[in-house]
This record gives sequence, C-alpha cells and structure tokens, in this order.
Amino acid sequence: MARLNMVDAIDQALQQAMDRDPKMVIMGEDVGRDGGVFRVTDGLIQRFGDQRVIDTPLAESGIVGMAIGMAIAGYHPVAEIQFSGFVYPAYDQLVCHAARMRNRSRGEFTVPLVVRMPYGGGIRALEHHSESMEAVFAHVPGLKVVIPADPYEAKGLLSAALADPDPVVFFEPARVYRAIKTEVPEEPYTIPLGKARVVQEGTDLTLIAWGAHVRTIKDAAQKLEAEAVAKAEVIDVRTLSPFDYETVVASVRKTGRAIIVHEAPRSCGFGAEISAQIMERAVLHLEAPVVRITGFDTMPPLGRLEDYYQPDAGMVVDAAKALLKF
Amino acid sequence: MGSVGEQVGSAGLIELYRCMVRIRSFEEHAHKTFLKGGMPGFLHLYSGEEAIAAGVMDVLAPDDYIVTSHRGHGHLLARGGDPKRMFAELYGRVDGYCRGKGGSMHIADMGHGMLGANGIVGAAVNIGTGAAFACKYRGDRRVSVAFFGDGSTNRGTFHEALNLAAIWELPAIYILENNHYGVANPQSDHTKLKDLADRAAAYGFPGVVVDGNDVLAVRAAAAEAVERARQGGGPTLIEAKTWRHWGHFIGDSAKYRDPVEHQSWLDRDPIPAFGKVLVAKGVATEAELQAIGEEVEAEMDAAIEYGRQSPFPDVSELTMDVYVGDPQGTSAGGRS
Ligand SMILES: Cc1ncc(C[n+]2csc(CCOP(=O)(O)OP(=O)(O)O)c2C)c(N)n1
Ligand SMILES: [Mg+2]
Repeated sequence: MARLNMVDAIDQALQQAMDRDPKMVIMGEDVGRDGGVFRVTDGLIQRFGDQRVIDTPLAESGIVGMAIGMAIAGYHPVAEIQFSGFVYPAYDQLVCHAARMRNRSRGEFTVPLVVRMPYGGGIRALEHHSESMEAVFAHVPGLKVVIPADPYEAKGLLSAALADPDPVVFFEPARVYRAIKTEVPEEPYTIPLGKARVVQEGTDLTLIAWGAHVRTIKDAAQKLEAEAVAKAEVIDVRTLSPFDYETVVASVRKTGRAIIVHEAPRSCGFGAEISAQIMERAVLHLEAPVVRITGFDTMPPLGRLEDYYQPDAGMVVDAAKALLKF
Repeated sequence: MGSVGEQVGSAGLIELYRCMVRIRSFEEHAHKTFLKGGMPGFLHLYSGEEAIAAGVMDVLAPDDYIVTSHRGHGHLLARGGDPKRMFAELYGRVDGYCRGKGGSMHIADMGHGMLGANGIVGAAVNIGTGAAFACKYRGDRRVSVAFFGDGSTNRGTFHEALNLAAIWELPAIYILENNHYGVANPQSDHTKLKDLADRAAAYGFPGVVVDGNDVLAVRAAAAEAVERARQGGGPTLIEAKTWRHWGHFIGDSAKYRDPVEHQSWLDRDPIPAFGKVLVAKGVATEAELQAIGEEVEAEMDAAIEYGRQSPFPDVSELTMDVYVGDPQGTSAGGRS
C-alpha cells in the first residue's frame, strides 16, 4: 500500500470523487494552473480541464456565495480558501445561506458544498496564516465541521464530506500536510462523518484532540505508558459537528478522567463544549475535573512565541500526572 | 524628465534614486537571509515595484496617512521607516516595529502615519478610506493613501470602499500596484478590463493609468491626486503598471509567467532606468550613483545585523495588548 502525505491523500480523494461525480467542480484561488499554494490540487486541472477546476479571482465571498447557488442548482462544488484566516468574508455566505437552506426550504433543497481550507499553526506564520477558528463554524447549526488528523483519515473523511448532502467545512491542518505519511489505500473509501475514533484504548484517563494535536496526545500517551504512569485512551474527535459525544462519554465513564487539547483560543473553544457534554452525561463517573490544554486567548504569534503558544506532549503528560493524583 | 524633474530639483531627484536603491537593497538582504532559514513567516518582496512607493511618498506631508499591503516593506522604507527596526520585525525580535509580534506582513508605524501592512489582501482599501473620512471630518487637509494589488480589486470590500469615498468626496488616494498577477492568477483571467483604473468610473471619480516603473511619472500622478484631495476634490484611483521581479512570495518560482515577458520587464527595471536619466541630464555621475549603491549596501548590512542581534520577545508578551488596560495579559488565557 502506498504511503502518502496528507497533501497527496487529499489530492487523491478529490481526483477519485471528480472521476465518479461529473457534477463535481473545484474552485478557488490558484487551485488550477498553480495546483494550489500547498499543491493540494496538483494535477487536477490537467485531468479535468479548466471547466471543472476553476481558477477564480481573489474574492472569497464571491467564491463561496456562488458555490452555494451552484449547489442548489444541482452541482457539487468544492471551494478552496487559501488559508482559513481569509474565510471571513465568506463566513457571511456560509452562515446566512449555506447553513440554512435546508431548514429554510423545509428540506426541499440543500447545499452539497465542501469548503476546504488549511488551518492551524506550526508553520512559522502568524495571525490569519496560523489560526484555529473551528469553533466559530461548529457553533453554526447546519454546517458540518470536519478535521482530519493524518493522511489516511484525510482521504476517508474528505471522501465522505464530498458525498455528503449538506455543507461541510473541511479544515486541513497545514502543519500535518507534509509532516507525516501513512498507508493510504488506492481504492476509494469513506470514513463516516459524526463518528469519533478511538486511536488507542486505555483505562486510566482519556485524551481528546483533533487535527494536528492527535499526534500530541498520542505522543503523550506513549510517554505516560513508557514511564508506567498510566494507560491513556486516545480519542480523535474527527468531526466537531456533528460531535460524537457517545464515544467520548463512554470513554470517560470508563476512565474517569479527561484532558482535552486544542490550539484554538481557550475561551469558547470546542474544548468547552466537550467538557460540558462530559459534565452533563458522565459527572458521576469523574474522578477529577475535566482539564483543557489550549492556546491562549490571543492571536497566534510569530516565530518563537508560537512554541509557547502551542500545546505540546510534555504539557499533557504533566497535566495527566496531576490529574491522576487529584 | 520634463517639468516634474525641474520641480523636484537635483537633490530631490537623487533622493528618489536613493529611496529606490534602499528598498531594493532591503529586499535583497531579506531574500538572502530568508532563504538561509533565518526568518519566520512569509515574505513578499517589492523588488521591481520601488518606483511606486518612492514616487508617491515623495509628495506626501509628514502627517498624511498611508496604509499598505502584504508587499509592504517598500512603502514603510520610502515613508522614512527605520530599516533596523524593520529587519528586527522581520526576524520576530523585540526591537521591531511591532515588538516582533507582527512580522513582515503586519508592520505598523504610527510615527510615520503608517496604519499598517496587512496579511489580508486589500485590507488597506477600507482602512485607508476610513482614515480619509477622519481627515475630512477633522477638516485638517490631510490625505490618506492606500496601497494594494491588482488581485485585491476583485474583492467586494474594494468596491464598497470606493463607493463610500466617492459619495462623501473623501481625501483618499488609491494606489493600485498592478504587477499583473494575484499569486498565479494573471490579470487577463481575473478581470475583463485592460486598465483597472477604469474601475473608478463606476464610482464617479478619476482613474489614472501610470507607468509604475517610472518614478517621475508616478510622482506626477500622485502629486495631482494629492492636491485634488487636499482641495476637497475627492478621491483618485491611480493604477501603476509594474512587475514583481521575484515570485509571489519567497519560495514561489513563478513558473506561470512567460519568460519573455518577464525578461522584458526586467529590462525595464525602474532603478537603472532612472539612473540613466540622471546621468544623461547631468544630475549625477555614474560614480556618484555607484557610491549611493555602496552606502546603501553598508546601511542595510548594518540594519540586518541589528535585527538579527535583537532579542526575542519574552513569553509574557504573548498575551499582552489584546485589550486596553490589560498589559499583563488576558485573564481567561493560559492553561490550567
Ligand atoms: C482575503 C485574502 N485572500 C487571499 C489571500 C492570499 N493571498 C495573499 S497575496 C494574494 C494575491 C494578491 O494579489 P494582488 O492583490 O495582485 O497583490 P500582489 O501580491 O500581486 O502584490 C493572495 C491570493 C489573502 N492574503 N487574503
Ligand atoms: Mg498583483
């Protein structure tokens, strides 16, 4: 089986979906001739032509707004936003229209649209080029929010998103793009949206993350085991919306302890929602308060300060040790 | 050179030349260092477009406003920014204009009326329009100048801002730096217009096309627009046609450009072209121009070294300046 990085896994998922679905159209800034600034859509314009892989002008609200109309009119647009920090002009379109069409029309029509965008830190950029604002999308009823952790996950989750009848915001952790390779089957496969993944089973505490930080909690779990401190259960949330609280809650009922890790700002981050769900559904099973390890309530900083901003495995290990002694 | 050259005078002409040489040298220093891995973030170089910043800044008063773009090093330098503090910012160090928290794309310097570079394409258009509104509101005859690229003009925000400036006759000058590409997207693909200055007609104010590689032509167009704005005559859109010498950002090989066209623009490099004019008119000798080049090279060598030696910001700065009165950091931040 081929070992691919996330860029190539996503490219492959897009290519296979485009092969299958003649109504699918890719559009965005530099997605065609340039193959995308991260090369995610490399080769697609050569295969599908410029009528199906469309280089748009610099106009985020125009791109997503149009994609909504196309979707209602029977196409399956896949819009790329060059970095998630540039999406806000299109946030209007997503919130006011994409998310609401099904409900507004009482199920008469829907918006089978996928908006893909690189997000998150760890690439030595800052602000718009490094931020992690998934919670402001997860807060919108009608939008699905999906974040893959590795190449295998990316292909399967994107393939499911591309086949989904509702609008999906697909966040691609830029720092994972070329950092890791996993085995990725050539044949098409999907990973259902709304189902979290138990990456590794454990008994003493539950570590919860998504995107790039699944790696962080896996590393932390390994250290905890190596030091014979604890056997941690590791959960990749995969889709923030719909959120699979059942998998998370079942795990916490078993372990009695939970640490949630995200790089997004702490306040109103998605960790707060997970923590609330655990409290509502498993409070009597808790041995200790739920812990969040997060970014700060500030803008992602440049360069060295970012090392301090980002959660890391060491912080998770320390927090786990404290939790176990609580 | 004509009448503009006469108005500027010999010393002024040499300063224009020096200004362009300083920008070029700053960018080439940044380029080399970035490639060696010494700088974080993304760097968008202004090399090739120097005549625009140099020409426009030359006609502004010290208290006018400028708002710039992701390709903004040249604007701040031409406005009088200190290359030492700029390099420190590029390096992410405390002596930078934003204490190393902004980097290349977010340098701001209120001391020079410079309201900020911006990582959001076209942001200057709206912010610059607001500053122009403030000028008019105060009635102090200041003007506000926004710099942005051809790609930016396809954003809705551009059109909203120009319409507002038009209806309220704001002292806004829009400098559209048309380098013919937004990343890999050529002008011919992103608009039907040949001249983007035509967009001004849609809002009912003058749009002017100028050779962006001719510093005196840029200066003349800017002088006229600034004068009109100061007199209450409202906004102007100036389209300066130019070319970036490098890729969109450092690391982009710009294979999407036609090599013949690229070469033809390199042959029209604004700096040697203006140098030739100065020599032909007897304003400067070759030797004098070369001496300027050497002086500037030494200045930038020292400036980049200053930046490199500046300390990194302390981690306590991470949460500062999110809100007023919260210099110690946001209370809800941090980790448990
Ligand atoms: C709103 C927004 N969309 C996309 C980007 C990514 N991006 C950065 S520069 C750029 C092209 C800008 O083209 P232009 O306005 O012509 O300026 P130039 O880079 O050519 O100077 C793009 C698409 C961004 N920074 N902001
Ligand atoms: Mg451009």
